Amino acid sequence: MAAPTTSPRMQLGPLDAATSVAMALLRALASLVRLALRTPAGRIGLPLVVLHVVLALFGQALAPYPPTEFHIEEHQLEGPSLQFLLGTDQFGRDVLSRVMSGATSLISVAAAGALLGIVLGTVVGMSSGYKGGRTDEVVMRVMDALMSFPSLLIALLVLTSLGPNPINIAGTIGIVFIAPVARVMRSSTLAIKSLEFVDAARLRGEPNIYIIFREILPNTLPVLAVEASVRFSYSILLVASLGFLGLGVQPPSSDWGLMISESRIYIVVAPWVALAPGVAVASLVIGVNLLADGIKQARELPKREA
Amino acid sequence: MTRFLVRRISLIVVTLLVVSVAIFAITEILPGDVAQMIMGQGATEQNLKHIRETLGLDRPAPVRYLDWIGGVVRGDMGDSFVQKIPVTEVIEPRLANSLILAAFAFLVAVPSAVAIGVWMGVRQGSKTDHAVSVGSLVAISLPEFVTGVLLIVVFSSFLGWFPSSSAILPGTSPLTRPLILVLPTLTLTGVLFAYIMRMTRANVIEVLNTQYVRTAVLKGLPMRRVLLRHVVPNAMLPTISVIAVNMGWMLGGLIIVENVFAYPGLGQLLLTAINTRDVPLLQTLALIIAGTYALSNLVADLSYGALDPRIRLT
Repeated sequence: MAAPTTSPRMQLGPLDAATSVAMALLRALASLVRLALRTPAGRIGLPLVVLHVVLALFGQALAPYPPTEFHIEEHQLEGPSLQFLLGTDQFGRDVLSRVMSGATSLISVAAAGALLGIVLGTVVGMSSGYKGGRTDEVVMRVMDALMSFPSLLIALLVLTSLGPNPINIAGTIGIVFIAPVARVMRSSTLAIKSLEFVDAARLRGEPNIYIIFREILPNTLPVLAVEASVRFSYSILLVASLGFLGLGVQPPSSDWGLMISESRIYIVVAPWVALAPGVAVASLVIGVNLLADGIKQARELPKREA
Repeated sequence: MTRFLVRRISLIVVTLLVVSVAIFAITEILPGDVAQMIMGQGATEQNLKHIRETLGLDRPAPVRYLDWIGGVVRGDMGDSFVQKIPVTEVIEPRLANSLILAAFAFLVAVPSAVAIGVWMGVRQGSKTDHAVSVGSLVAISLPEFVTGVLLIVVFSSFLGWFPSSSAILPGTSPLTRPLILVLPTLTLTGVLFAYIMRMTRANVIEVLNTQYVRTAVLKGLPMRRVLLRHVVPNAMLPTISVIAVNMGWMLGGLIIVENVFAYPGLGQLLLTAINTRDVPLLQTLALIIAGTYALSNLVADLSYGALDPRIRLT
């Protein structure tokens, strides 16, 4: 065997790299869960989020009726009963089944959008902050311009032009989120890049890309985790609001926002049609926010002996 | 100071120019043809061509952009494609309605949020503090359309105190029927209140831990005076930027809230403009929103400087 002439990271094959990234992610996830469970907020938030993830994965399969099955003649706008636990809507469809099968699209689109925004925003913010000078000035002005527009309005305009399908919705949210994420990541990069270990890496002659991703990025992880959870909850709110305005998942598939919007006319006679998806959206966002809050608080608590 | 203002205002102008190009580009690729929309399905090719010519749609895009932006600078926003009257006339009453709603929400949310935020910051860790924290988290987590619908179910369906729809006849002011404003205002207030309250509380806690506050307490100042003279002014600084950012958020919130309550404001008009492909109307509305947003940020920076003599605006 030849003596290693390069640093160990150079010898990693793509597969090893993928496994190690996956392992690192799992370990990070496990430590986040442990962290979250240390505070009351996290102990409430985590089960709520898990419940919604389960709904997103298996909701459609577990639902008692097909979400688009009509019972117009016999069960229109019926109140909650043993047959239809949460009542029926204007077409006699089972509200519970529709709520259960609506989680998948909302959560996956919101998560994809948030993830895209986090990745792009991190790359933009960190490179801009690391580079500094003119480039940084120009990039940040562009970000300011992007942020001078309410995100819901951008999404509305773009989606009416391009058409509301899941990929466009996630893409739009990703782009809208670049600016705020870039701002946060830039300022934490600025704080870290003046530290000694970064200087040391530079003196070793490491390439910029290595310094940004292997030296600075790991140290911004606490900030990034909080920002990611904030973005995820905003993303859910945005997707749900777009659904409410008719720019979400198109009927007859179920979308919580659209369900509420359609039930608006019957709200006096059949409030359950609006309440069920309302509670669903609310509990999801509350869960994500509580979980984020719990993780943030747990970080500030004194470390418990392991 | 003058240099700061000149720089910032020119930056706003540049931003608005960029935004105007972006808006124009987006409305350019909106699917659906205005001419078709106006004439209906039975239109002949000749009719469509005639409509496009009268609306000036047959000219190349850059020419139309310059024409439009030139008009905007002179205060002429063009005519609405659909209503055939100047865009400014369409917008004016709606703008007034939206401003009334926004002003009410602001007047309710900001003072109460700051007061309760300071109170909870001082009482940090108490039972009330925990309850308010949880309540504000719930308020932040509810999308406006859920809050709005919940309020309708409780206050219109069950209690019957307020109307469930805030629609008014065109030409009448919402101020003549103040009851219809209550639920939309409450809906808008919810999130606004929660954000500002949480921010104020966090800042008060931070300021309470500083040396100068300890000094003030130890030299025997009454608590009331410590709070009013030392804590609140310092805690307000970061809060103000949150308030400014929330101005922009509120513009987005208006779109939803006006839609939930069928309230005839800018947000509803914007949705109509999008649905009818009324491009001049849409462009003007988007510019108004971007302009308001940029201005509220400027106001935030100015009040920063006014409150904190350490900050020099250059």
